[in-house]
Amino acid sequence: MPNGTTFLTRSGWLNLAILAIFLLVVLPLVVDPFRLNLVGKYLTYAFVALGLVMCWGYGGILSLGQGCFFGLGGYCMAMYLKLEASSIENTKIQSTPGIPDFMDWNQITALPAFWVPFKSFPLTIIAILILPTILAFVIGAAMFKRRVGGVYFAIITQAISSILTILIVGQQGYTGGVNGITDLRTLNGWDIRSDHAHTILYFVCVILLIACLLLAQYVTCSKLGRILVAMREKEDRVRFSGYSVANFKIFIFCLAAVFAAIGGAMFTLQVGFMSPTFVGIVPSIEMVIYAAVGGRFSLFGAIYGTLLVNFAKTSFSESFPELWLFGLGALFIGVVMLFPNGLAGIYRSTLDPYVKRLLGSTPRPKSADPSVSQPAE
Amino acid sequence: MQGSNTDYLLAVENLTVSFDGFKAVSDLNLYVDEKDIRVIIGPNGAGKTTLLDLICGKTKASEGSIKFRNRELTKMSESQIVLAGVGRKFQTPSIYDDLTVFENLEISYPKGRTVFGALTFLRDRAVIDRVEEISEIIFLKDMLNKRGEYLSHGQKQWLEIGMLLIQDPDLLMLDEPVAGMSVSERLKTAELLNRITSDRSVIVIEHDMKFVEDIARTVTVLHQGKILSEGTMDHVKNDPKVIEVYLGH
Amino acid sequence: MLGGYTFTDLGSIFVMQGFAGLILFSVFVLMALGLAIIFGQMGVINMAHGEFMILGAYVTYLTSTFFQAHLPGLFSIYFFVAIVLAFIASGIMGLIVEYVLIRHLYNRPLDTLLATWGLSLILQQAYRTIFGAREVGVELPQWMLGSWHATESIEIPINGMIIMALTILITIGVGFLMYKSRWGKNVRAVVQNRAIAGAVGIDTEKVDRYTFGIGCGIAGIAGAAFTMIGSTGPTSGQLYIVNAFLIVVFGGAQSLLGTIASAFTISQTQSTLEFFLSGSMAAVITLLAVVGLLMLRPQGLFTLKVRR
Repeated sequence: MPNGTTFLTRSGWLNLAILAIFLLVVLPLVVDPFRLNLVGKYLTYAFVALGLVMCWGYGGILSLGQGCFFGLGGYCMAMYLKLEASSIENTKIQSTPGIPDFMDWNQITALPAFWVPFKSFPLTIIAILILPTILAFVIGAAMFKRRVGGVYFAIITQAISSILTILIVGQQGYTGGVNGITDLRTLNGWDIRSDHAHTILYFVCVILLIACLLLAQYVTCSKLGRILVAMREKEDRVRFSGYSVANFKIFIFCLAAVFAAIGGAMFTLQVGFMSPTFVGIVPSIEMVIYAAVGGRFSLFGAIYGTLLVNFAKTSFSESFPELWLFGLGALFIGVVMLFPNGLAGIYRSTLDPYVKRLLGSTPRPKSADPSVSQPAE
Repeated sequence: MQGSNTDYLLAVENLTVSFDGFKAVSDLNLYVDEKDIRVIIGPNGAGKTTLLDLICGKTKASEGSIKFRNRELTKMSESQIVLAGVGRKFQTPSIYDDLTVFENLEISYPKGRTVFGALTFLRDRAVIDRVEEISEIIFLKDMLNKRGEYLSHGQKQWLEIGMLLIQDPDLLMLDEPVAGMSVSERLKTAELLNRITSDRSVIVIEHDMKFVEDIARTVTVLHQGKILSEGTMDHVKNDPKVIEVYLGH
Repeated sequence: MLGGYTFTDLGSIFVMQGFAGLILFSVFVLMALGLAIIFGQMGVINMAHGEFMILGAYVTYLTSTFFQAHLPGLFSIYFFVAIVLAFIASGIMGLIVEYVLIRHLYNRPLDTLLATWGLSLILQQAYRTIFGAREVGVELPQWMLGSWHATESIEIPINGMIIMALTILITIGVGFLMYKSRWGKNVRAVVQNRAIAGAVGIDTEKVDRYTFGIGCGIAGIAGAAFTMIGSTGPTSGQLYIVNAFLIVVFGGAQSLLGTIASAFTISQTQSTLEFFLSGSMAAVITLLAVVGLLMLRPQGLFTLKVRR
């Protein structure tokens, strides 16, 4: 065991295989392209949930501003696609051809400077990865270096996502305002609106998600993962063991931000637009519940939790729209009060022992499993 | 104010800290030799814990200097002070309940302390040997795979001492290491301390006089943020000022 | 220079916008006061605070329609009845919520935050089901509508002054309750050491429940005041929650005076900026400034240095 705890235990590999088969084989076979696209959209939220498991579950840092990073990633991608869709040819009826339509409606006559880099695809990809990191780094450095944590951090991140939303809605000419950036058609000439494209993008999304899952798995089972757990419990003890605690928090917050941004970019590609509705307070907190339902300490749980909540949301909203908010509200309360370890906790206490016996793996010594933090007897 | 350079391991000079006008430590001078075992005693509120807080950087001094091997600690961050060679145990046992004894010790192992270092840290033979070696010293060799929360109070105190030992500090500061221990645990702890202090300096805060007599070389008595008396146990015990403070009121 | 305004103009603008911001300020103060009591004294983050406020606003709306239909002769004083009813309604709901939800979650602040968010969603949907999705507004009695001409260029709305007076009254009342009464002493005792407070015979559970109830009741009064600056809809409360939290944190959670000062700073900055910029940019700049200042001074504006 080179890292201390094994990267994936036997049942961990089994879980991974089941997840991969479910997402890559079963769903594409049994679900029609429209629904598959919907699943793809849900999975983009799972990127955020993965980040929250690392940040909140392991590190104890609850960010209520993950929508910010999801939105940043999504907007970067949307800006690139919008510029591609706004070629001089497509926009020749505008008074200024060659700029996005909403700019033209707002009497803007030249492309604003901060849009220019998004003419280039490589620069866009870099922006998707770098911009959220910078933002998370600035927030994290300012807050964690000054030992701000807990509810204060939650409130500040919430305020930041609120600021970003107001800014996007208010600066209609530069951002598309409340409607967002819509009418995205092609990616480097490839029509992203067809069923075929949706299917391919779905696979890209799943593969990226699994890659992120494995990365997160590596991080959480490295010594860094254990330091996060230690910090969550006794921050001072870690500090007086020679660690600069803030750097670890900044790192995990940045990583969660990048995950969220990748999710956002994949969202834009699959859904074909991006709007401030995915940036603000409401979606940011809703994303926390995905991680909570899956089990805040479980990376796999985050993905299943996201899928489950979103399936429920879609089916409720289709048949009883007025019931959904009651359901979601009850979910928040129920998960916190009755199932603090979410689906993963239920799985661990019911199915897991049988699976382990079937696989013949020796029962793991009670070890670095941060999820079994039962209140002391 | 700049403290002078000395041959002492730790030289605390003119140290003062005030909280809203209340001087918890006031114009204090304290010198600790290499390989000294210094016990600090004093009534509640004398400033003992605050003094440790100041040395390890948890509290920032209002005035004065703390020099460790002639390096000024008051300007350093907590983690830099640890890296300089100062380890500190807290009053209530401060261990990680959700991690195993092995992992508790491993986190304090002085390698992989940066973000990147922690990501690439390998649990190699050297780490395992060292953790096992320490666990034997602190009487927890059979419990390496137990989670911290299942340890008894005394075992938690030992584990935290072990977490400091694995850092191999030059100065070890222990805040009431035997508080809440049974008599037999207390004896074992005294034995443990005598063993581990052979090659480092130790500052111990303690109330238990029997225990103090077992381990101390020099005793410092603090009272109202100032040093009241200093010397051998016998000297301190017979100092009329000390008797006044402890028995006079 | 100065956008073409003279200094006298700017002075008038400042005063006028200041008084225009009076009601906003009062709503903020009352919201934040309730939050500060709950957060500062109990460490509970109540994300449903906006919904408690909106309950007060709906109660005010119901009172006004009731008076219009059945007691038109007394319509001119309905507002004062509404304030009392709003306090009672939100307060009682607060007591119930504390009993059912909050008391199980002490010492888990982040979980409380999520659970109360869930509660806020449920309340929003409940309001939508009961009162409909459309926003409702109240009619003010004639005498509250006018304004008072202080100087030639400065006029102050009467309802603003009434709300202001009410806010001052409530603030003094809360200050008295917290710092001068036996009840306040009990609350502070529980904050400092729950076990000891319990041991000397303070019913800590009761203290918690009523503290929460009073905080929510004050939010209800904020709701009554809110009806004067906006129409009431199921989600109106959510718009205020972020600002209210920032005010509490900015003021230093333990300090009532800090809460008021920070509510004043934030609401006045925003309403003054609104004159020069668009509403959204004013909000963005105000919030950014607050967040920026909090990053420089995370403990808030008014806190004491204590041994950590």
